[in-house]
Amino acid sequence: MDTEMSLSGGPLAIRNLVKEYRPGQPVLKGVSLVFPETGVTAIIGPSGTGKSTLIRCVNRLVDPTSGEIWFEGSDLAALSGSALRLARRRIGMIFQEYNLVERLSVIENILSGRLGYLPFWRVWLRKFPSEDIDRAFMLLDAVGLGGDFATRRADQLSGGQRQRVGIARALMQQPRLLLADEPTSSLDPRTSIEVMDLLGELSQRQHIPVVINIHNVELARRCASRIIGMSQGAIVFDGRPEALDDSHLKAIYGGEGWLQ
Amino acid sequence: MIGASQARRPDPFPTDWRLRGLKFLVLAYALYAASTLDLTWSRFVSGLGNGATFLSRMFPPQTAPDKLMLLWDGVLESMQIAVLSTFFGVLLALPLGILAARNLMLAPVSWAARGFIALCRSLHPVVVAILFVKAVGFGALAGALALIVASLGFISKLFGEAVEEIDMKPVEAARAAGGSFMGVMLMAVLPQVGARFIGFCSYQFDSNLRNSTMVGIVGGGGIGAPLFTAYQRFDYDFVLTILVTVIGLVLATEVLTGRLRRLFQ
Repeated sequence: MDTEMSLSGGPLAIRNLVKEYRPGQPVLKGVSLVFPETGVTAIIGPSGTGKSTLIRCVNRLVDPTSGEIWFEGSDLAALSGSALRLARRRIGMIFQEYNLVERLSVIENILSGRLGYLPFWRVWLRKFPSEDIDRAFMLLDAVGLGGDFATRRADQLSGGQRQRVGIARALMQQPRLLLADEPTSSLDPRTSIEVMDLLGELSQRQHIPVVINIHNVELARRCASRIIGMSQGAIVFDGRPEALDDSHLKAIYGGEGWLQ
Repeated sequence: MIGASQARRPDPFPTDWRLRGLKFLVLAYALYAASTLDLTWSRFVSGLGNGATFLSRMFPPQTAPDKLMLLWDGVLESMQIAVLSTFFGVLLALPLGILAARNLMLAPVSWAARGFIALCRSLHPVVVAILFVKAVGFGALAGALALIVASLGFISKLFGEAVEEIDMKPVEAARAAGGSFMGVMLMAVLPQVGARFIGFCSYQFDSNLRNSTMVGIVGGGGIGAPLFTAYQRFDYDFVLTILVTVIGLVLATEVLTGRLRRLFQ
């Protein structure tokens, strides 16, 4: 294992992360992980096992109880105030239910990815820099929607289209890391695969690590270059998708009748 | 077999004895209160005679030019009071409503804001107008200040509650993107409540227009003063002219603000 060696050099390294929502009942029991420069990492595991908590600790939507999260030379777990906001704008996040503002247009939703970079009056008066607007249209094409969608209201889109807008919004941040919390759980099978392929392609093209929580094991196998299996707040599998077999799935999810 | 299973089944609509007791208490108290206040049918019938004389003295409505000038000045002042008090009330209610929202603010902040809102809402605008007349003197200023307090209380309470009902998911996304407090407000909170806020403001404008005719009675400016004087001098024909004008104005505003709300839905 090259964990120790790359702790400072990797873009994202988590060390001994513990999160207790109630004292004495840890949801994460000292998780340590190092992520490579690029590639898709899928985190699988049953509901309530701390996958979502883990990913939300990284950008501090959830405050960890103890442990370190090293990202680009600083410990995210120790940041607060404007330092935290500066770190967050380098971390894109994609959500299960897209988390778009329904009443805003597609382009406004995408441009809200620049919130961490712009003074509030520019956002208020919609005086976005023209290079941001150009980039937003470019991303709209890149996620497969096209400029016609720019002025549509977000509530007029289908689930798959909304998730594409969510991805474009995250990319608008010019992130050095992309987090995705069950990005396909609200989508149909075909759209799920398209969205996962898009995330994999982006990881390669932009040279950033993508960390995805996912319930669908087959989809994780197909799209990820590394799979992490979690059970009851701890990591029970960490390896390439080919190495994941039924005995590992039994350790992750428990039981065995469902594997036949 | 069917009969047996029916017997074992719990009653799907059990009697709610608490509700039944409450209904009984309300009815009993209403009857008791009516008896002590001399609210009787015969009293009502004898009163109807007075009403008929009053109505007959209202016709035809007064249309003398000097009275119409008085009416016009009063109506204009009432309109101005309504517009100004709505404008400043809305301006102050926006930040106060956000401060009162428990999902965005720390508990002590929102409790303080909610306390202040409760204070604004605890007194009727006419009572507040009396206080302001004593404080700043007779005239439109006192009336406008009283209605600003009323607007502030109403809009910030409803707006604060609307903010508490928003979908927090976009807020989470804006925070995750590194948005500051103001950035999160602009991109994730206000777009969700903007249309409702415009609705509250237009309702409050309707209400301010009606109330601006009231504050004049206690010296707060507007059409209320000539209306009250006309009552006291038994100029019931002029009373009718004023009432018809006020009704027309309020109806016209309701139509206009209704259109405005539809426009922003």
